[in-house]
Amino acid sequence: MSDENEIIDEMQTLPLDSWHRRKGARMVPFAGYEMPIQYEGIVVEHNWTRDQAGLFDVSHMGQLMVTGEKAAEELEKLLPGAIASLKPGRTRYSLLMAENGGILDDLMVTNATPWIEGDEEEGTEGHWGQVAYYLVVNGAMKWDDIAHLREHLDDDVTLTHMDDRALLALQGPNAATALNRVMRNVIDDMVFMDSVVHDFGEWPLRITRSGYTGEDGFEISVPAEFAESLADRLCAEIEVRPIGLGARDSLRLEAGLPLYGHDITEDTDPVAADLGFALTKKRREEGGWMGHEAVAKVLANGPAQKRVGLQIEGRMPAREGALVYLGDKQVGRVTSGGFSPTLERPIAMAYIDIALAEEGADLEVEVRKKRLPAKVAKMPFVPHRYHRGK
Amino acid sequence: MARYFTDEHEWIDLEGETATVGITDFAQGQLGDIVFVELPDVGAVVEKGKDAAVVESVKAASDVYAPLSGEVVEVNEALEDDPALVNSSPEDDGWFFKMTVSDKAELEGLMDDKAYKSFCDGL
Repeated sequence: MSDENEIIDEMQTLPLDSWHRRKGARMVPFAGYEMPIQYEGIVVEHNWTRDQAGLFDVSHMGQLMVTGEKAAEELEKLLPGAIASLKPGRTRYSLLMAENGGILDDLMVTNATPWIEGDEEEGTEGHWGQVAYYLVVNGAMKWDDIAHLREHLDDDVTLTHMDDRALLALQGPNAATALNRVMRNVIDDMVFMDSVVHDFGEWPLRITRSGYTGEDGFEISVPAEFAESLADRLCAEIEVRPIGLGARDSLRLEAGLPLYGHDITEDTDPVAADLGFALTKKRREEGGWMGHEAVAKVLANGPAQKRVGLQIEGRMPAREGALVYLGDKQVGRVTSGGFSPTLERPIAMAYIDIALAEEGADLEVEVRKKRLPAKVAKMPFVPHRYHRGK
Repeated sequence: MARYFTDEHEWIDLEGETATVGITDFAQGQLGDIVFVELPDVGAVVEKGKDAAVVESVKAASDVYAPLSGEVVEVNEALEDDPALVNSSPEDDGWFFKMTVSDKAELEGLMDDKAYKSFCDGL
């Protein structure tokens, strides 16, 4: 093996690496980084997040900024959502689409165009600054995403990889209470999918009211050099504990949120993935985005299968890859599954033949040659508790 | 009664011709919260080094290998209702199954508690 390869193969460390280790985390390789899988234990951390507030280090995710007058229309060539109508300070879930209608990645896009205050003495009026969109993409996909965006975005827009920033997610019913105590009057007016920039002392933060647990919460982008101090400030609050990747996975599964590379891939289209909400109505009809032709066909004819939830009887979990049957006929496949700490039973996501992808359908999942009764269930398995305001 | 350990983190209590098998405290700590244990059937013939049981944690399923060859004569039914016994009492109440030992020569090469402890310290 050459030296060059050794460098490539080496796991990278995140800005909070030593912080995690001091907190007693068990570190595992994930998306090319050493990441904390758990601190105290997955179930305790899971339940803590559902009851209080958990702090997740998601700095492995890619933070990108797309700037330029034509940024919205350029992004709309690659994403099926309405970007141009996204107001400054608002965030939306979207997909990076492949030509074949498959999904290259899922992401959050925020209109980050800044408002420039006017100055009476200088006689300038308040106005919007340079058009900017802030993207958060999956850690494992970010290099591919960057290459894809660089290839397809017009030269007039600029893509910046903000690799000097960390990303922390504070999630749970007490996330707002805790964050409010740390920084006053910053999040008061924010509802789900609002995003603001805030200078907390000398730390320039971007705070977005969003997350991947189904709970109310915030994702805070912070310069890497201040990440540890911010994590300490947040964890000093009585409601907040650090939470690992293990609980992040069980929380998102309960919330019915797909995991890229498992529940959605280049081989799944947004209709089958039940992510139709990410296809803005007007853009579905008008097209003009990569993959539209293929997706339009699925919309017209209906998908062959659909992503649904499964409630599995008993206590034995069905994992990714488990096959789903109706009698002798294979009718689907589990794409992620595990034990739900909240419901204390196994749950899963699966792609099921469309005729059977109805809530209440009785099916069987095969695990180690045993058939487990499974029922198609409504997702989310655990209700979302986003803060949508009045 | 003698207790033996394998490098797969199982413990074996040998009493006469019968061995009680479980996973070690180290193993349960690595696996995390255990939510389900699939035990072999009573009467099943297991072979040293081959799959005998499966432990499911929140995160993943892990195979437990038979530490010896023989026939399963009893399984710990308490694990069905309370799989977390493997976390709380791995080397006592959280035992997996009892088996006959068809070849005592297979015990050679297994570790005693002191050897197992230094084995774990080296991991």
